[in-house]
Amino acid sequence: MALYSDKVMDHFRNPRNVGAMENADGIGEVGNAKCGDIMKIYLKIENDVIVDAKFETFGCGSAIASSSMATELIKGHPVSDALALTNKAVVEALDGLPTHKIHCSVLAEEAIKLALQDYYEKNGIAYDRSLFPDCENCAHCHDH
Amino acid sequence: MQIYADNAATTKMSATAIQAMLPYMAEIYGNPSSLHSVGQRANEALSDARERIAALLGCEAREIIFTSGGSEADNQAILSAAVRGAAKGKKHIISTAFEHHAVLHTLKKLQKQGFEVELLDVHENGLVTAEQVRSAIREDTCLVTIMYANNEIGTVQPIAEIGAVCREKGVLFHTDAVQAAGHLRIDVKAQNIDMLSLSAHKFHGPKGVGVLYARRGVWLENLIEGGAQERGKRAGTENLPAIMGMTAALEEACANAEHNAAKLLSLRERLIDGLSRIPHSILNGDRVSRLPGNVHFCFEAIEGESLLLLLDDKGVQASSGSACTSGSLDPSHVLLAIGRPHEIAHGSLRLSLSAETTAEEVDYMIQAVTEVVAYLRSISPVWRDLQTGKQKFAISE
Repeated sequence: MALYSDKVMDHFRNPRNVGAMENADGIGEVGNAKCGDIMKIYLKIENDVIVDAKFETFGCGSAIASSSMATELIKGHPVSDALALTNKAVVEALDGLPTHKIHCSVLAEEAIKLALQDYYEKNGIAYDRSLFPDCENCAHCHDH
Repeated sequence: MQIYADNAATTKMSATAIQAMLPYMAEIYGNPSSLHSVGQRANEALSDARERIAALLGCEAREIIFTSGGSEADNQAILSAAVRGAAKGKKHIISTAFEHHAVLHTLKKLQKQGFEVELLDVHENGLVTAEQVRSAIREDTCLVTIMYANNEIGTVQPIAEIGAVCREKGVLFHTDAVQAAGHLRIDVKAQNIDMLSLSAHKFHGPKGVGVLYARRGVWLENLIEGGAQERGKRAGTENLPAIMGMTAALEEACANAEHNAAKLLSLRERLIDGLSRIPHSILNGDRVSRLPGNVHFCFEAIEGESLLLLLDDKGVQASSGSACTSGSLDPSHVLLAIGRPHEIAHGSLRLSLSAETTAEEVDYMIQAVTEVVAYLRSISPVWRDLQTGKQKFAISE
């Protein structure tokens, strides 16, 4: 289908890092079923490095591909790199997404941030709250 | 294996329809309005097509208006009734919540112009009753417009009964028969239909051509102004090749309708039985009063677009009412109208069969859908939450 790039279709058909993770150090879940997409990211963190990342996604082709690509982009990288990951980087790595699918990459970015926040909270690590999405006022259903 | 199971979207043209078009491109290319011989030959063909279509619908040739398709016919029918109604101070229109957008968006436009549009409930089974129509009709009702068969879930409405109620009450009745024409019986006189829309590409004819039937005496408003074609009600040189293709396709479809329906019915039931075995799946729309080739399901905890893409990889071409496949925020208005919650409506699948579909293909589709649904569930956090009891299933097993 011409809707998606070859890269998106590859990550959709053969998603990397798919599945749940036992004893994850951080878990982040975003989206809701009403909107048609939910993304859950699991992280394993050792010495400030993301040694493993997994995901589970309910959503369209680009949601699955974005989750797959995002986990690939942070695996083996320091936590600081993961924190700096933008949805734009995910889109670029996928050779682009259709305009109305950009929100899928936003979900991936936010799921990773939430997983890192969860890791900080669990381990009592101080962090800057302003760097993280505010899920109380999540507007995914209104602005994508 | 390549299986085309999206015949409600469009159909492959039949060889008969293609053959019927060719002479009107290469030889009889004249303008039916021209006085010279090639023009007159085209004009004769046009008259002949009109007679043949009229015979198939049970009306007179002069009651047939050739249009660019179903959407144009819907627009013209509804706007005409509205203009006429407004002139008499009648601005109440009755329809249903799950009409095609060609109808719903036209009604929305009329609402902005001060019309009151009443959309009847289609219930969980996707059916309206003539009684609902009867109790909704008021003194100021100028039109009842209800589709013959729904384009997504395939439910077939009691058109003759609704027509009888409308005739008794003296209210114009239009039906969007785009999914029904060539598949279900149409007899506009017996069914008391005042206006009817159909589209050729839904019954193996060409795209971009359709019919508006308007009973003699029903006033029509022009959508396109210009020449005197179509009794002055639809300007523009007639698309004769397409009209000839449509006519041949409709004749063929009507001649085979009973035979095809019987065949499709058994395939449809086999497919429904097979997909029902998938846990937490549900058939959308009444099982009995539905198009012979329509199968429509929701599967819990998965999303329709990814389902379609993976089915396409397996050679199965289908359709879904998920928001992601439409580029809009909301899932199908049809599924919402029958009461499916958003999260369930996203996981929908329509398989629409044709007379060419085989039992082997049906079995392949059951296998493919079962596998893809199971896979997508295996990577879905929603499915995990349902499995662990963190969330309650909306569709029972």
